[in-house]
Amino acid sequence: MIVTSQPGDAVSSSPKRRRVSLFIPCLVEDFFPEIGEAAAVVLDRAGVAVDYPEAQTCCGQLAYKTGHRSETRRFARHFLETFARAEAVVSPSGSCVSMVKNYYPSLLADDSTWAQAAEDMAGRVFELSQYLVDVLGLKDLGASWPGRAVYHDSCQVSRALGVSEQPQALLRAVAGLELRELDGADTCCGFGGAFSLQFPEVSERLLDDKVAAIEASGAEMVVSAEVSCLMNIGGRLAKTGSPVKALHLAQVLAGKEARS
Amino acid sequence: MKVRTDRIKEMAAAAAADQGLHQTLLAAAGRFRQLRQGGVAAFDDLEKARDQGRRVKERCLAELDRLLPRLEKQVRAAGGRVHWARDAAAARAIILGLARARGVKRVVKGKSMMSEEVGLNQALEQDGLEVFETDLGEYIVQLAQESPSHILAPAIHKNKQEIAALFADKLGVDYTDDPEELTRIARRVLRQKFLQADMGITGGNFAIAESGTLALFENEGNIRMSTTLPRLHVALIGIEKVVETYRDFDVLRKLLTISATGQKLSTYLSLITGPRRDGELEGPDEFHLVLLDNGRSRILADPLLRQSLYCLRCGACLNVCPVYQCIGGHSYGWVYSGPIGCLLNTQLLPRGQGGPAPFACTLCGACAAVCPVKIDHPKVMLHLRWLMAEDPAWPLPRPPAARLGLSLYAWLATRPAGFRSASALARLLAPIAAPGGKARLTPPAISRWGRTRRLPRWQRPFSQRWPGLRRRLGNREEPS
Repeated sequence: MIVTSQPGDAVSSSPKRRRVSLFIPCLVEDFFPEIGEAAAVVLDRAGVAVDYPEAQTCCGQLAYKTGHRSETRRFARHFLETFARAEAVVSPSGSCVSMVKNYYPSLLADDSTWAQAAEDMAGRVFELSQYLVDVLGLKDLGASWPGRAVYHDSCQVSRALGVSEQPQALLRAVAGLELRELDGADTCCGFGGAFSLQFPEVSERLLDDKVAAIEASGAEMVVSAEVSCLMNIGGRLAKTGSPVKALHLAQVLAGKEARS
Repeated sequence: MKVRTDRIKEMAAAAAADQGLHQTLLAAAGRFRQLRQGGVAAFDDLEKARDQGRRVKERCLAELDRLLPRLEKQVRAAGGRVHWARDAAAARAIILGLARARGVKRVVKGKSMMSEEVGLNQALEQDGLEVFETDLGEYIVQLAQESPSHILAPAIHKNKQEIAALFADKLGVDYTDDPEELTRIARRVLRQKFLQADMGITGGNFAIAESGTLALFENEGNIRMSTTLPRLHVALIGIEKVVETYRDFDVLRKLLTISATGQKLSTYLSLITGPRRDGELEGPDEFHLVLLDNGRSRILADPLLRQSLYCLRCGACLNVCPVYQCIGGHSYGWVYSGPIGCLLNTQLLPRGQGGPAPFACTLCGACAAVCPVKIDHPKVMLHLRWLMAEDPAWPLPRPPAARLGLSLYAWLATRPAGFRSASALARLLAPIAAPGGKARLTPPAISRWGRTRRLPRWQRPFSQRWPGLRRRLGNREEPS
């Protein structure tokens, strides 16, 4: 069930409403659509007008990070075309935002048609918590989610985007939620995209270390702003029958009812 | 040193299964991180210093053509000799030639990664020389007939019980795993070697062009003895070690020791300008500086790859690398390991011989966050992946199926309807394609992934949910 927000619930609307275009990464589109829904609900509750450009596909991160730059340019041009008129682009996945923000400009630097668009886009694409805290200046979204939580400080959110305080500030404002320290919170969970397929044994070892730290914290949930880490960590927790849940920040902020 | 970089996946898999190794590495790297953290906490404006350090390396490497001849001139003026080596074979020939001409029989060595890079010990031993490593970690590794597995701590992969057993076996001493006692044993053995040696071989941390001075940092005192007791001192360094002035040196030396061990200054710092002069009591009769290229000028030519040469060899990136702490240094298959090893091994070895090292990385960026000269390891890693994937000069065999799949994916990415249809088809096939399903459509690597994690399940996609979701949102405006 999606909770329909009441106008003026948490934030009063400003005269000119801000508008964001949702950028739904391919993993969210097909495997974790509820994270996309939660992100839409949270932005809506924050008083922002949300749209979803339906021509969007994928940012091309996998192609880029395996070295295939010529292929990635096709993804990049399509993305820039799709979001050309967006006032701001917001996504619930740090790595995809980092792809657009940190790599599109250099990737298209020699493309006279798209270089400027890539530069401009880098300044208006945001990871969800970054948008809520840095752009909107919000911390308390009126969310409630009782329980003990730890925050996994994903590499692609914390180091690639410099976003670490923002999601934790949002979590601290969630009613009933106790945010605990996670030992090695900013240590990689071992996913690394194609790395987890090419070096499976190493990836699994790092994942087990991460899961052990989460379980040792006594938390009932691990929260992250990065979908791929959640797929990795949550997949392991589920496989081992752990009671700990892996949740996206957007899901927690949307409230329990949003977990369709 | 034998190149086994092509086997990194197999070696990494084997190392990952070794829980003891993982625990040893986690503990040792953790101690280094703590030391660094302590030093950093007391350091005044590390960020500013890192920027300064980066600029010093940028400038000095950009002016290598001017600084190297200046260094040579100053070393000569101080009574030293300078030798130029294009590659590893040339460096070996120069040092062997010196040893033969001077009738050298015994060599003591200070820890040097350059020596590993050119395979110096083996060459000297084949020529009938006795070679003794004098750094404690390096001595342990030599006794075990292994190679160093960490830039700073060569024997980091061994715990004290393993070292105790090694000493008992190779030195015939009683078994003890007391670190102080083990150190005493090594010191007793090595003291004799220092006194008997004719030649001392070291690397060098910096070479200061304006004065022709070689700078060496250490905590054990063995380098000081290797450079002063034998009648010959030979220092082997890469051409990227040159800095212009003492002022440049001062910027970098602080960064080096803080990043390596959290020290403001190492226990010993030797500044060597030529051999012993008339009237001086200590120092060698001859000082030789061997300047090695070995692929460095090729790296220098690429403006993005060039930063790989800024490395001070502090080891900080290894100590924060999750992959390194899991697989250890030996799995990388050549001299260097960890994040900087992925970059250097790939670039220093002939193209195509570096194996898939740049892929042995999750791109987590922990390395770049601690690098004293702000090397952006992930960026360089991605650049190398690109060269390997798309530049015929950098061959990396790649399964044609993966390549085809990626091309198809990129083709679909610009066709939203096709993109959605493809995922609808995959969703439809999912029940029979899943691991354990009737059709074997799941690639083996994905099945493998699913053995240890629950694979995500195909859902009704967000794009189909959006129209309904939009009606429930407070937002009633039509998208512009």
